[in-house]
Amino acid sequence: MSLAPFVHLLLALVCAPLLFSVINRTKAMIAGRDGQVLLQPYYDLAKLLKKGAVYSGTTTWVFRAGPVVGLAALLVATALVPFGGRAAPVAFAGDLILFASLLGLLRFFTVIAALDTGSSFEGMGASREVTFSALAEPALLLGLAAVARQTGSLSLSTMYAGVDLDTWVVAAPVFALLAGALLVVFLAENARIPVDDPTTHLELTMIHEVMVLDHGGPDLAFILYASALKLWLLGMLLVGLVVPVRTANPWLDGGAATAGMIGVAILTGIIESCMARWRLTRVPQLLVAASVLSALALALMLR
Amino acid sequence: MMLLLLLLLPVVAAVGAYFTTHDGARRTVLVMSAAAHATMVTATWAVTPAPLLGGWVRLDALGQLFLSVTSALFLLVAIHSVGYLQRESRGARRDSEEALWFANAPEATFTTCLLLFLAAMTLVTVSHRFGLLWLAIEMTTLASAPLIYFHRHHRSLEATWKYLLVCSVGIALALLGNFFLAVAASNHGGEPIPLVLNDLIERAAELHVPWLKAAFLLLMVGYGTKMGLAPLHTWLPDAHSEAPSVVSALLSGALLNCAFLGVLRIQQVCEAAGQGAFGRDVFVDFGLLSMAVAAVFIVGQPDYKRMLAYSSVEHMGLLSLGVGLGGVAAFGAMLHAVNHSLTKAMLFLIAGNILAAYRTKSTRDVRGVLRVLPMSGVLWVTGFLAITGSPPFGPFLSELTILRGALDQDRSVVAFLYLTFLAVIFVGMATAVLRMAQGTPATEATNAPGGEPVSAIVPSAVLAAIVLVLGLYIPGPLRDALAAAARTLG
Amino acid sequence: MSVWVDTALVLLALTSLLLVASSRLTRCIRIVAFQGSILGVLTLLVHHDELVLRTLMLAAAIVALKGAAFPWLLSRVLQDADVRREVEPLVGYISSLLIGTLMLAVSFWLSARLPLPRPAVSSLVVPIALFTTLIGLFVIVTRRTALTQVLAYLVLENGIYVFGVGLVQGTPMLVELGVLLDVFVAVFVMGIAIFHINREFDHIDTEQLTLLKDWAE
Repeated sequence: MSLAPFVHLLLALVCAPLLFSVINRTKAMIAGRDGQVLLQPYYDLAKLLKKGAVYSGTTTWVFRAGPVVGLAALLVATALVPFGGRAAPVAFAGDLILFASLLGLLRFFTVIAALDTGSSFEGMGASREVTFSALAEPALLLGLAAVARQTGSLSLSTMYAGVDLDTWVVAAPVFALLAGALLVVFLAENARIPVDDPTTHLELTMIHEVMVLDHGGPDLAFILYASALKLWLLGMLLVGLVVPVRTANPWLDGGAATAGMIGVAILTGIIESCMARWRLTRVPQLLVAASVLSALALALMLR
Repeated sequence: MMLLLLLLLPVVAAVGAYFTTHDGARRTVLVMSAAAHATMVTATWAVTPAPLLGGWVRLDALGQLFLSVTSALFLLVAIHSVGYLQRESRGARRDSEEALWFANAPEATFTTCLLLFLAAMTLVTVSHRFGLLWLAIEMTTLASAPLIYFHRHHRSLEATWKYLLVCSVGIALALLGNFFLAVAASNHGGEPIPLVLNDLIERAAELHVPWLKAAFLLLMVGYGTKMGLAPLHTWLPDAHSEAPSVVSALLSGALLNCAFLGVLRIQQVCEAAGQGAFGRDVFVDFGLLSMAVAAVFIVGQPDYKRMLAYSSVEHMGLLSLGVGLGGVAAFGAMLHAVNHSLTKAMLFLIAGNILAAYRTKSTRDVRGVLRVLPMSGVLWVTGFLAITGSPPFGPFLSELTILRGALDQDRSVVAFLYLTFLAVIFVGMATAVLRMAQGTPATEATNAPGGEPVSAIVPSAVLAAIVLVLGLYIPGPLRDALAAAARTLG
Repeated sequence: MSVWVDTALVLLALTSLLLVASSRLTRCIRIVAFQGSILGVLTLLVHHDELVLRTLMLAAAIVALKGAAFPWLLSRVLQDADVRREVEPLVGYISSLLIGTLMLAVSFWLSARLPLPRPAVSSLVVPIALFTTLIGLFVIVTRRTALTQVLAYLVLENGIYVFGVGLVQGTPMLVELGVLLDVFVAVFVMGIAIFHINREFDHIDTEQLTLLKDWAE
């Protein structure tokens, strides 16, 4: 059994928190500051793991299970995503549905853990999160369907293996549309500007932050790590589409994909520095627009 | 040569009218050019003019019929408008409905646009190339918009805006229809068939059928908007009620016919290509729908000019129905086109007289027209009888012919609906018109300055006389022309 | 070459969708101006193998008129009317986007029903042309501002023009000039009308132009 698929697994698990520091360093550079140390997210995780957690009396086992189940779901999802055009460790026809479902499981458990606290702030965050995810879901699925249609397969690994330079030349407008749609999904699912502000302290403007307000210690570490992994996975979907380097050399492909991933992180940092978070009533319009882009790409693909 | 003169004369006259500063001289130019135009059109009955531009501009039976009606109507309306413009040129006016002050557009603009309108309509009747036909209909829209906005107040602006927007959208769709027709005539990569009527009819077997049908539908919708077929008629009532009566007379009497001509041209092509039945079904559907909509809105209509506008919608539906039934009904439709134009124009001119005297457009407030304006009153009732199809007037004959066509084809449902709508409209109009004509007028509402001037009565009387004559006897040349026109439509 | 034509057509579709979702009038005007430029580029792309002088002039005229002159005229009217954001349309923005997607599907379906007698320069021409036309019609019907209605009319004309340039070969000039004339005079006249409307009514909200109707209040 070849080791290549597990390289990605290892890379993702180890390097995912680095994405946070890349984004933060980019924002700091644009703002003229020095910014965090690159290994800061690891220090944060270590600090959180050493702490104890305080559980409110109103919560049940759901509250404790939330972060754990979410992280577990994401770890499984990591095994599904291809890297650099190579196959993932787990690949079968229809695994893109499983992938979307695992993301949904993470979301579901985060939401019910938030609702479990009985606090209205978490409830508000939960309702917003669910609405926006519901609107972003068609964009993701339709976009993946378009790629599936183009490459003729329903498995993420074979789909992304088929996206090489030749395919790009033939279907450039479609892939450009898809890249746009997937970028919007990436920003929405990871609670980035313009959908949500990860550094906000105002509870009324939080979406993701507010749901995890009551978690502490190891739970918060799991949640932080899970967000990093989600960033990596959705980013990898985007990078696989946008960086069509599919040579026979695994090092070249892997290197290109990693570079692409860092590029996406830098792009996120730039977007976060240049825009403000949009009014909550405008966000559904953005998400519907992303779905429409995916639908348009699919329609163009199908004709 | 003759056709070129026919087209250029109104344009030259328009330019001349624009630069004439004296009102009286300008009105003379208007009437003189209208008379010259009518004379030339009469001459075409004696000697067929040669086609221009290699067949793009040609006068055939159908075109000649509509051209003659347009020209005659324009002459009579021009005579009426002399008096109208004299009365209107008295500075700022007080609006009757809302007591606000408004001004009129400059008379030069009005006269120029009238003459350009005539030029555009002439071009419509003689165009045999679909692109040119489309251009001509577009020009009629643009020439008539300032005419509707003669009284400068917000209601007429609203009417003009709706007219412009709805008709422009219709024209744009008609342009798309022309493109579809070009694709249908593209002849599988060889030399495409030119979009000239005679060429298309000759080589109709080579036309690509799905595109031809799609082109027909788009042209029907596009030109049907200008024609006033329901449900595309929404601009008609507003435009007719707010425009000056002379303009409404021309719009109803001439413009709707020109748009009808546009639709007929594509039907001719469809007939030749064997898709005549498809086209006729569409005509029947639109016709019945228009008559139904008109019937609904005429009953209890409080504004008599709007009532006349809806009557136009009804009659356009009638024309569409006649063409859709085919055979003897098509002959009836052609005869009805002539009858309706003359009658409706007369009715609008008389409505203008009533409006000038009573200063209100409400059917409830106008009473005793027969006493205040005796001659207008008689013509008003006469016109009502004519337009609703009472014998011995012309429309009775044409409507009867269409009915006969329906019964000959055993289409009893169509005949039943047709008669029902006609009956409803008769009742609706009767209550309004008779109530207006009879009774004693409320004293403060009457103000007939200078009684009934000759120029306000004679053109309408002439029109009424013609309609009466047509109900009793159709002259030979006219009958031949109608038959020739009907034959081209199957 | 077909890829470039496809890209231009897809851009056209995207801009039409963007118009449906925009509420700011200045942005709408810029979108339509951009569409005009795309059309000019499309003209050149379609006739790329026979770049005669008249094709170049046509493309230049389209970019000048639809890309520059009309938007400028309309933004002047907008300045006079002093309205920046449109009043809420009859159909909300998200629903408009969804209906727009539906229309895209309808256009593709319709174009499948209309097989071309000879192959066009790209298989996207008929659907995208139909789509742009439908979007234009939709926006005219559902928007209340007179200015947006004129912009949507321009979009309608753009769709029809794409049809003309992509499909009609043989005698294209009369047809394309017809479109230009149509748009030119219509927009010119409508621009004047909007100016008058603003002067009379102090607004350009056509939903309030409801004095003339057939039923009593």
